[in-house]
Amino acid sequence: MEERSGSFGRFAALGLATAVATTLAAFLSIESDRGILTLLLIIGAGAFAAGRTGILRPWFRQAVEHQRTTGIGLLLSTVALCIVFRDDHFSLFLIGRVLLIILACLGLHLEFGSAGVVNFAGAAFFGVGGYTAAVLNAHSQMPHLLVLGAGGVASALIGSLLLLPLLRTRGHYAALITIAFGLLFRTFVEVNDSLGGPQGLKLDGLRILGWRFNDQLAIGPLHASFYANYVLLAVALLSLAFALVQRLEGSWIGLALDAIRLDEIAAATFGFEIARWKILAFTLGNFLIGVAGALSAFMVGFLAPNNFTFPESLTLVSIVLLGGIGNPWGVALAAFIVVLLPEKLQILQEYRYLLYASLVILILRFRPAGLIPRALRRYFGQPA
Amino acid sequence: MSTTPPEPLLSCRDLTRRFGGLLALDRFSFELFEGEILGLIGPNGSGKTTFFNVLTGLYRATGGEVEFAGQRITDLRPQQIYRAGISRTFQRSRLCLPLSIFDNIMVGNHHRLDHGPWPNLFRRSLLRRQLEASFGESRELLQIFDAALAQRMREPIAGIRLIERRRIEICRALISRPRLLLLDEPSAGMTRDETTRLMDDILEVKRRFGRLTIILIEHEMSVIERCTSRCIALDYGRKVCEGAYASVAADPLVRQAYLGIS
Repeated sequence: MEERSGSFGRFAALGLATAVATTLAAFLSIESDRGILTLLLIIGAGAFAAGRTGILRPWFRQAVEHQRTTGIGLLLSTVALCIVFRDDHFSLFLIGRVLLIILACLGLHLEFGSAGVVNFAGAAFFGVGGYTAAVLNAHSQMPHLLVLGAGGVASALIGSLLLLPLLRTRGHYAALITIAFGLLFRTFVEVNDSLGGPQGLKLDGLRILGWRFNDQLAIGPLHASFYANYVLLAVALLSLAFALVQRLEGSWIGLALDAIRLDEIAAATFGFEIARWKILAFTLGNFLIGVAGALSAFMVGFLAPNNFTFPESLTLVSIVLLGGIGNPWGVALAAFIVVLLPEKLQILQEYRYLLYASLVILILRFRPAGLIPRALRRYFGQPA
Repeated sequence: MSTTPPEPLLSCRDLTRRFGGLLALDRFSFELFEGEILGLIGPNGSGKTTFFNVLTGLYRATGGEVEFAGQRITDLRPQQIYRAGISRTFQRSRLCLPLSIFDNIMVGNHHRLDHGPWPNLFRRSLLRRQLEASFGESRELLQIFDAALAQRMREPIAGIRLIERRRIEICRALISRPRLLLLDEPSAGMTRDETTRLMDDILEVKRRFGRLTIILIEHEMSVIERCTSRCIALDYGRKVCEGAYASVAADPLVRQAYLGIS
């Protein structure tokens, strides 16, 4: 019995991963607005029917039960997508962008999903990572793998300056502090000529151990767009970050973060050093956002203050809200929806911020727990 | 028997807490000896919970001193007071609703858990062992109060009845093996039978833990009468009377302030 449910579980996990990848492939390869709308209708109807009948529930349960298999399935699916779209620059770029947005949102997830520290300056920390990468790229010989790390460290350090006022405030006040910081960052890079001012900065391609990311990727007879390089690296970083976040949450550290988010007074009475845990979550979260920003800067090859505005931060927050605060899988799903939809639906393109803003309002009103609500804490794959 | 009188576990001298013009706690002094169960009674707003909040460091004392186990703990932070060995429950439940019973009890176990990155992130077999040990320990503790509940350790608190939540809250306060346990109206909202059972459980815990000392805030006089060795009546933040239940209950000031008998 155990054995059978195990193999069904792995099958279900891989099956779901394949289904997700296929849907994504279909979505990316359809060009016309009408085609996309039809596909969305089919997905919507399918999701609604599955939700009503509960037919997919055991599959999802198994996928959650076998998180590692699901993760590996999704990883392989992404590689498969790289092969399918090997000469399609735009699709690969979009996949890479989504993956990096997920990475950044995992950082936000640690901050307000786990520890309850609000951060409405996600785009600014993303920008800190990007600008750090750009400056180091132009003015130093630092190996690029370290530059990515430096982007994360810079973001974490600047975040720790923000921690001084953040630890002394709660709720709206803390939120306002982060919003103010976001605006401040944007103005700072805009008026700072050594950072390119409003025109922004250019970056050379990423090079890691002789692997030149801006050259065509060639493995044997297969040739792929240079974006495939970035997608593969993004997948690798994202897998590491996902593993880190999952392990952190399924540990005593995760319990501590949950406890201080849920009730600071009770937590203090039981010896939790509130500041310590908030610092940990905020620093680690900003590190992830910074790394994502640095790699994104390399991938795009260009940075400008306009990419790091408050609406961009709000986009990141809306992804976490839509996915489900406290559920990294939900965050990943929501990132695909929020990033890809306006790119593929030309009608939405102009009104994207309108879409994000209304999305936030609608979710908060009708489904505050998000698409995939937070799951009960677990320490390992199975409950403790 | 030793000839020198034992040192008190807890002694408060002129403990005062002022909120603006209100003296919530007014030069409150008393001593508590190891193993005692002290009852704290008084009408609503007489300063009982304020005393707990000052003692556990949630409020800063405006004046006076507290000494616990030979250490001055006035003005320490709540975290330090918890580590010194004082643990409490709250008048209104402060459990984490989305977390399981086990997780909630583990919140109370904070300083005995290993928060290092090594077991938590890398050597997960180490974490698994710690987890299993803690799980067994907290189930054993909960079993004293409620054997059925101890089978539901992984369920979230949100689905647990209020009375059962109170038992879990007491377990959360006990899991760290405190020397002093502060119970803030544990029987509020319970029927007489449930209250009696809860008191039996507390006495049972006390028997098993040996030297545990308890301060009990309670409105239910039968509980005070049955469980406490001594009690103190507060009114307007001042100590009105102290002694065995019978003598306190008979005190005219207490009867007037609290029992409403003139």
